[in-house]
Amino acid sequence: MHVPDGFLDAPTSIATGAVAFVAVGVALRGARRELDDKTAPLAGLVAAFVFATQMINFPVGAGTSGHLMGGALAAVLVGPWTGVLCVSVVLIVQSLLFADGGITALGTNILLIAVATVVVGWFVTRVLLKVLPKRVGMVAPAAAVGAFVSVPAAALVFTGLYAVGGTADISLTTLATAMLGWHTVIGLGEAAITFLAVGAILSVRPDLVYAARGVISERDLVIKTKEAVA
Amino acid sequence: MSTETKQTATKRAVPFRWVAVGIAVVALLLAGVVSYYASANPDGLEYVAGKTGFLDSASEHGAADGPLADYSTKGVDDARLSGGLAGVIGTVLVLVIAGGLALVVRRRSTGSSDEA
Repeated sequence: MHVPDGFLDAPTSIATGAVAFVAVGVALRGARRELDDKTAPLAGLVAAFVFATQMINFPVGAGTSGHLMGGALAAVLVGPWTGVLCVSVVLIVQSLLFADGGITALGTNILLIAVATVVVGWFVTRVLLKVLPKRVGMVAPAAAVGAFVSVPAAALVFTGLYAVGGTADISLTTLATAMLGWHTVIGLGEAAITFLAVGAILSVRPDLVYAARGVISERDLVIKTKEAVA
Repeated sequence: MSTETKQTATKRAVPFRWVAVGIAVVALLLAGVVSYYASANPDGLEYVAGKTGFLDSASEHGAADGPLADYSTKGVDDARLSGGLAGVIGTVLVLVIAGGLALVVRRRSTGSSDEA
């Protein structure tokens, strides 16, 4: 979903740039609570994984493709604030070095791919983990649903930004329908990759998965009473 | 109570180093090798822009002439090598920048040298 230069007008790009700047600043403060000596290297690895996986465009039919955005994945693995930072670093490197995503659109892309996906993906995952039984096995499916929803959500945010500052005179209904439709399909890929990645780390080291922390401590309490163990 | 938890955890735990190496290897393989087989079709936004008729409003990228522009390494003719090398460089760069940033931001175990 990397927005190139020229899709949005200058005022909108400046505004998204300012919002993204503030969001990254707030994330820098928030990430302090999530990061310690062990999770800091993990954050670097998660960002590297997101960069690598974003290179893998998968076909979604009719001459279209999609790739992971990774906001939900990063939030679930290393925490939402750190997740925003991880994906932002990916987007900055992509824009400046790989000419992927416009330089004037960097704020827009951070807002869409780093902030919107983390906020929506994390919110949905958290709500599901609150509602679902407190088991480690619930974390990967919850993350997958969060990841799925985050993609059409980001597509809607783009449509909203285009309504405000799009440079071409096009039908917004057509744009919204097409963006939502295609990105719902791409969301399935996002969900699958997130499920596999979160599931893989959970299977070896559930304690490293940020979203699983509450679940693990509750499970430990159950084991200690020695009543609920089958 | 906490010691008991720690013991159960360490008994089963795979060392962090292995997990780190695992993630790094998967990332490098994806960016360095698998990326060659990625779909070359336009992504969702590009496709919609084309269909809806505003793809032309995209302007030339400011860094389009950079040495790694469009995920290919300048001066390397072989497509597989050029793309793979660009992917590996990008993955390592992101690892160093994001990891370094996280190390700077993190809570220090000592806590006395708080500069913020």
